[in-house]
Amino acid sequence: MENKTNKNGDARLMKGNEALAEAALRANIDAYFGYPITPQSEVIEYLTREVPNRKEIKTVVLQAESEVASINMVYGAAGAGARVMTSSSSPGISLMQEGISYIASAQLPCLIVNVVRGGPGLGTIQPSQGDYFQATKGGGHGDYHLIVLAPASVQEMADFVFDAFKLAEKYRNPAMILADGALGQMMEKVILPEAGSLPKAPAPWATTGKPKDRDHNIITSLFIQPEEMEKVNLRLQEKYEAIQSEVRYEEIKTDDAEILLVAFGLSSRICQKTVDLAREKGIKVGLLRPITVYPYPYARLKELANQVEFMLTVEMNAGQMVEDVRLAVEGKVPVYFIGRMGGMILSPEDILHKVESVKEK
Amino acid sequence: MNEKLYLEDEENLGTQTEENYEQVYCRPNTLTDVPFHYCPGCGHSVVHKVLMEVVEEIGIQEEIIGVAPVGCSVFAYHYMNIDMQEAAHGRASAVATGIKRVLPEKYVFSYQGDGDLAAIGTAETIHTVNRGENILMVFINNGIYGMTGGQMAPTTLPGMVTSTSPYGRDVSMVGNPIKIADLLCLLPGAYYVTRQAVHNPNAVRKLKKAFMKAFEYQKQKKGTCFIEVVSNCPSGWKMTPVETIKYLEEKMFPAYPLGDLKVPKN
Repeated sequence: MENKTNKNGDARLMKGNEALAEAALRANIDAYFGYPITPQSEVIEYLTREVPNRKEIKTVVLQAESEVASINMVYGAAGAGARVMTSSSSPGISLMQEGISYIASAQLPCLIVNVVRGGPGLGTIQPSQGDYFQATKGGGHGDYHLIVLAPASVQEMADFVFDAFKLAEKYRNPAMILADGALGQMMEKVILPEAGSLPKAPAPWATTGKPKDRDHNIITSLFIQPEEMEKVNLRLQEKYEAIQSEVRYEEIKTDDAEILLVAFGLSSRICQKTVDLAREKGIKVGLLRPITVYPYPYARLKELANQVEFMLTVEMNAGQMVEDVRLAVEGKVPVYFIGRMGGMILSPEDILHKVESVKEK
Repeated sequence: MNEKLYLEDEENLGTQTEENYEQVYCRPNTLTDVPFHYCPGCGHSVVHKVLMEVVEEIGIQEEIIGVAPVGCSVFAYHYMNIDMQEAAHGRASAVATGIKRVLPEKYVFSYQGDGDLAAIGTAETIHTVNRGENILMVFINNGIYGMTGGQMAPTTLPGMVTSTSPYGRDVSMVGNPIKIADLLCLLPGAYYVTRQAVHNPNAVRKLKKAFMKAFEYQKQKKGTCFIEVVSNCPSGWKMTPVETIKYLEEKMFPAYPLGDLKVPKN
């Protein structure tokens, strides 16, 4: 999928959270509902500051009484056919899970942004990737998936807003941007997407008031007869199958790689440095970065398993995505893991050291 | 009596035309043909019908969106022939907020029971009213969780027997019934707060007037209108419908007095 960036070069130096918020305005969102939580409060701060000063923007920005209320406001607005989003960080996203399950079941498009912090519990405000399972395997109750994009730069914090809405509206499915506290807080150069360049899919299913010539539209996730509920599930599973075609990943120096690092988001940025350090020492290391973590690039990893000696999954958690890598390679090559938890970040040297110690075995 | 009328009609079959009859009542077009699933004697059916009569009479079927709760009225959208959304338990007013904020020119209402609105959804209820969301909140208070089988509600009366207060509600243990409508009156966002009933034709007429007023206020963008309906639950209360009316009059109305609690200042 190509990212629509302004060819005139609307480049700025911005925080990830603010770039994401500005991109949301440029995506012409109808509404944002949210609740402050570190490290993503800049999103709602930016929106509440900008919207009243820009007459061309009609976006509703509302600070709700909780994340529970926010996600249910998102449900209502999405069900009414609006382009709508919320953002939060780990504990807040946990609170939203019931609502997200309802949104997935009712097949409503929307964007949920998780600027992940270290957990479990109240945890820490430092960056983490500890919500990978929650984001990619469903998160709430029942069989469902979000479309999950994992940015690795401030540029992608902005671009993925457009990509996420495009996918959400194409599949009538909630989409998530799975970032982390560092991506939210750090400043980088960003070329902002062109305002108004994201066309909106029509929503004939939305509750906008029943005209005489159509049946009443109902947004619901309640199908009390098991036969009917199973059919709903089968339709969802069919949709998730179709969504597999949207898989995206980036490969760095994999052509001749004998060792493959697998990392998403911020970890992948660190791994890029490790690739260079390793190659300076003559070790042929490559990197596969999943851009979508749902759908996941199982097929490409399976291919690469025929080429490399081993894979090393690098995450800011106790080892979550590593399970998907192992599923992908089906035991063809060993898959190792290195990670840090609780808001701590690996250095490129830590990863290189792990590569070398595994290689020596 | 009915049988005689029927026979008379049958004798005239084939010669009668519609012109011979004056239609004095029919089901509103704003209700679907789906039969209500509610227990015999339950107030929900009456409230649904009155609400939809008002929607038809003021001609806003094309401009209204309703939000159904979790509870006995979870299937309200099967009966009300208008665009509707089904909310998670307690969140109807947040869902209604989401709809109203993106469709400010449409009429929006939420419809919730006591467990939904005054227990699990208390935060959403208070903050929706505090924002003065320009919606109608319909609150059915029958002092019990009907759908899950008659458990204690936040509005269950002291001493009232339910499946989770089998020896009667012990206020020293679980607190007193919450008068949520009275609480909401304190908030400036509440424009019109009234407590009504559907236990007799006079009460039904009053409720209908309250709905009319609420939609008029919504049209004028006045703020939140909150209509509580003190209702019954024959199955949950383990009473016949007739007995529930006696219980309403003797126990419920003294605890939840009927009438306007907050009216616009003119």
